[in-house]
Amino acid sequence: MAFLTFIISFILTLSVAIFIGGLGYRIYTYAKTPAPLKIPTMPAPLTRNGVRLRMLKEIIFFHSLFRANKWIWLFGWLFHIGLLGLWARRILVERIRYITHLSDHFMLTLLVLIVTTGLFMKYVSRIDIVQAKAFALGIIYFDWQTLPADFMFVIHLLLVSALLIIFPFSKLLHAPGVFFSPTRNQVDDARDKRHLSPWAEKLEK
Amino acid sequence: MAKVTFETPKIREYPVIPILEEGSMSHSQPFVAKPEHQEALGFPGKLVDNWQEKAIEKMGDLLGKYRGLKVFMDSCVKCGACTDKCHYFQGTADPKNMPVARQDLMRKVYRRYFTFAGKYFPKLVGAEDFTKEVLDDWYKYFHQCSQCRRCSVYCPYGIDTAEISMAAREIMDSIGVGQKYCNEIIGKVHKIGNNLGLPEPALIDTVEGLEEDIEEDTGHTVRIPVDVKGAEVLLITPSADFFAEPHIDGLIGYAKVFHQAGISWTLSSYASEAGNFGMFIGSYEQMQKISRRVLKVARELGVKRIVVGECGHAWRVAYSFWNTLIGPFDFLDPKYPAPQHICEVTLDLVERGAITLDKEANDHRILTFHDSCNVARGTRMGFKPGGQFTVPRDVIKSACNHFVDMNPDTIHDQTYCCGGGGGLLTDDLLELRIKGALPRMEALRTVVEEDGVTHMAAICAICKSQFSKAMPFYGLPMDIIISVHQLVGDALVMGNKSD
Repeated sequence: MAFLTFIISFILTLSVAIFIGGLGYRIYTYAKTPAPLKIPTMPAPLTRNGVRLRMLKEIIFFHSLFRANKWIWLFGWLFHIGLLGLWARRILVERIRYITHLSDHFMLTLLVLIVTTGLFMKYVSRIDIVQAKAFALGIIYFDWQTLPADFMFVIHLLLVSALLIIFPFSKLLHAPGVFFSPTRNQVDDARDKRHLSPWAEKLEK
Repeated sequence: MAKVTFETPKIREYPVIPILEEGSMSHSQPFVAKPEHQEALGFPGKLVDNWQEKAIEKMGDLLGKYRGLKVFMDSCVKCGACTDKCHYFQGTADPKNMPVARQDLMRKVYRRYFTFAGKYFPKLVGAEDFTKEVLDDWYKYFHQCSQCRRCSVYCPYGIDTAEISMAAREIMDSIGVGQKYCNEIIGKVHKIGNNLGLPEPALIDTVEGLEEDIEEDTGHTVRIPVDVKGAEVLLITPSADFFAEPHIDGLIGYAKVFHQAGISWTLSSYASEAGNFGMFIGSYEQMQKISRRVLKVARELGVKRIVVGECGHAWRVAYSFWNTLIGPFDFLDPKYPAPQHICEVTLDLVERGAITLDKEANDHRILTFHDSCNVARGTRMGFKPGGQFTVPRDVIKSACNHFVDMNPDTIHDQTYCCGGGGGLLTDDLLELRIKGALPRMEALRTVVEEDGVTHMAAICAICKSQFSKAMPFYGLPMDIIISVHQLVGDALVMGNKSD
């Protein structure tokens, strides 16, 4: 058991590190890459605060998606209970089937399994929640505790680790990506303010 | 006109999403640029030997230069929101014309060479080697995108397919596979000053002819000045305004407005083009080089204001990019410190009472307005967000009594491309253009039948040319399309002030 505790704790810690490091690296590259031309999808807000509101509407209410397609919006917004709905769309709607890769199914499988194993521990075979909490906090504080002897819990943790590890290298990057999307995060002020990226400045000479 | 070998799509009673027809447009591609067209722009004349290596290198370069491209490559979750939004998909049913599928043509290459998953698990994430077949698909389908950005309106992550198709075209140019139509035209601008290759003497001859026409029609001497030093306004307008119908009536309209308002103005024979095809091929350098002609002339002539005529993508370049490319415009009149759209100028004059329009002069017309994609989704007019929708409509409404908007899902920022934008307005892409016009033709047909609309006004040279060509295919007369400033010119009360 001690060995398994070690392995699981190690994997979890590693996955958290990969998640933070990988995501941090991605965000760093997004922030570092210039946006040389103003390309907000118009009409765009005229002020920074306006842009904040637009981004908020996008991130919380999926505003563009709402305008695009009410079904995807509904399933997407009610994500946790809508996972299966999204999956059904992927299989049943011809156009969505066409654009689906194996990894899209894989991602949904992972999410559904995490939810299922979680629900299983809550409703079917209840886990010792005090022990589980101690274990989880131990991971966060780098003070590894004994792994609760529960098969479903181990599976659940491994799946979560997989999700964390995959996150920075997959389409799950849409989460930080949306904040860096020039068509959504730029102010409509190109006529009033000169906007010049570092590499474009070199062309001036 | 090229021999027509395709069927015009049927007008649908209720627009339904088409069933996929794989490969239905895999035969459609524009003529490839000849070595002389390529080399004039500094691109390799033909496909270079190590093209795959060079293309991937260029892609890496662009991923480092454009945050949008990088974020767009990573962020797509394949939700499908964009799949039915493209006019080319609606008109052709080819699945590769679904915006996400078009993006995936580049994304699969990006994943193969630039991502961990694509390098080690290509099958899993749909990554593919950049083969000749993939390159051929790029050439076909990145030239079936008019960069209208309708899909980007609906994307929950703001992914802009136009940015991706521009990058793809830039990569293809860099390995020697350019599009003849765009690159030949850009060469003409560098050499002669406009897309049509109209040299100075021909330009002067043309406008003198127009001056005579106006005098004959109205009895007033209205000048269309060229290269006048010290004029207040430099008008930069698409060269199609000099000779194509219905564009030319728009030019006459601008001339009448300036004349009647008593504003001294001039065209330039050196910068005789508002259009900037550098944007269509995704080249910052070409776009800047073309724009610099405007800056050079504005300084040489000592003008105080720059006004842009009716041209969609030109207004995007002028509004969103000029300040970056050739700014700052610190030499202009502080009252008009930035380039203006002709509709902004006209509306301001009407509202100030500096010119008077007689709406009854257009009583024989019932109007609707086509929002041009680049104006609608890439620019603004006036001082409020959405001014790009209200300003041209207010100009139209001040010039006529009868105005009806089309289906709300097809106007403002949800407007459909005419089918010929983004460097696709060439007869070697006629089938694509006609099929892509379907959604706009449907919306127009509805107001023609239900509201008796007689004319559709537009503020884009490409839209006007494209519609003149497409309308007969859909059983509509080609002269239904009209310039906004033709309406203004027809309604303008001439004489009482300056004559």
